Amino acid sequence: MPSLNEYLFISGLLFCIGLTGVIVRKNIIVIFMCLELMLAAASLTMVAFTRFNTVQGLPDYDGQMLVFFVITVAAAEVAVGLAVIVALYRARQTINTDELTSLKG
Amino acid sequence: MPSILFYIFSAIMCLGALMVIFNRNPVASALSMLLSFISLAAIFIGLNSYLIGILQILVYSGAVMVLFIFIIMLLDLQKEDKDAFKPAAIAAGIIIPIVLLIQLASVLHVSHQDEQYSQAPELELAEAAKNFPEGSVIATDLSAGKLPDVHLIGHYLFTDYNFPIQVIAVLLLSATVGCVVLSKKISS
Repeated sequence: MPSLNEYLFISGLLFCIGLTGVIVRKNIIVIFMCLELMLAAASLTMVAFTRFNTVQGLPDYDGQMLVFFVITVAAAEVAVGLAVIVALYRARQTINTDELTSLKG
Repeated sequence: MPSILFYIFSAIMCLGALMVIFNRNPVASALSMLLSFISLAAIFIGLNSYLIGILQILVYSGAVMVLFIFIIMLLDLQKEDKDAFKPAAIAAGIIIPIVLLIQLASVLHVSHQDEQYSQAPELELAEAAKNFPEGSVIATDLSAGKLPDVHLIGHYLFTDYNFPIQVIAVLLLSATVGCVVLSKKISS
């Protein structure tokens, strides 16, 4: 069985890959996918901690409940975010972040 | 979970995540994300979190992925393929995550050296059965040496987390209303 440190490192690695994607890519949909990867990395951290911190012989279910709520909120976030992207595409005919600069002062 | 399986699934997960970034085609990115999330679900299941693993597959690989692919197909992004990487963005995208990773590795290097975290503690299922009413499904399964993950999460969901789940219901309702409002055509 791998140690807690290995789980935490893998989760940090996944988070960093997601962060790279958010910084590097220009396509808003791909940026959104990389955000999902970062959320999933945070979930992995919490699930690893629940398994390594047993309460009365069982995994600590408080952490798993938190992951449950994170998954629910992430699903709602994806639905609203993609609706925003569709509305944006209708207004501007592009989803490239280089061409969406109307908020620049 | 045996170590070898953990390493295999972590490698697949990170590979899928890298392919999300480096694929030019958004559909290929979405499918790489699917690969990454399925491996992540396998790691969850290896951590004895069966329901969370199944939810990860159902919600992300099922619902969210279909939504992404649906939107990509709807927007017809073929002409957007000229996604040239800028040197400044690439430099920032390499340096910032590497600094984060070095920080994380150095923190992990000096912490949690004690025995408790090098190996996941054994689950004492028969011990835990005493905390639940005798004759209930949870107590029966626990004394039989099985972990009734779904029953336990349901138990906590409707006792300790009764208020949060109702707040989540309101959140989902407002998200639904928000989607409908956002995707309505604005008539002038």
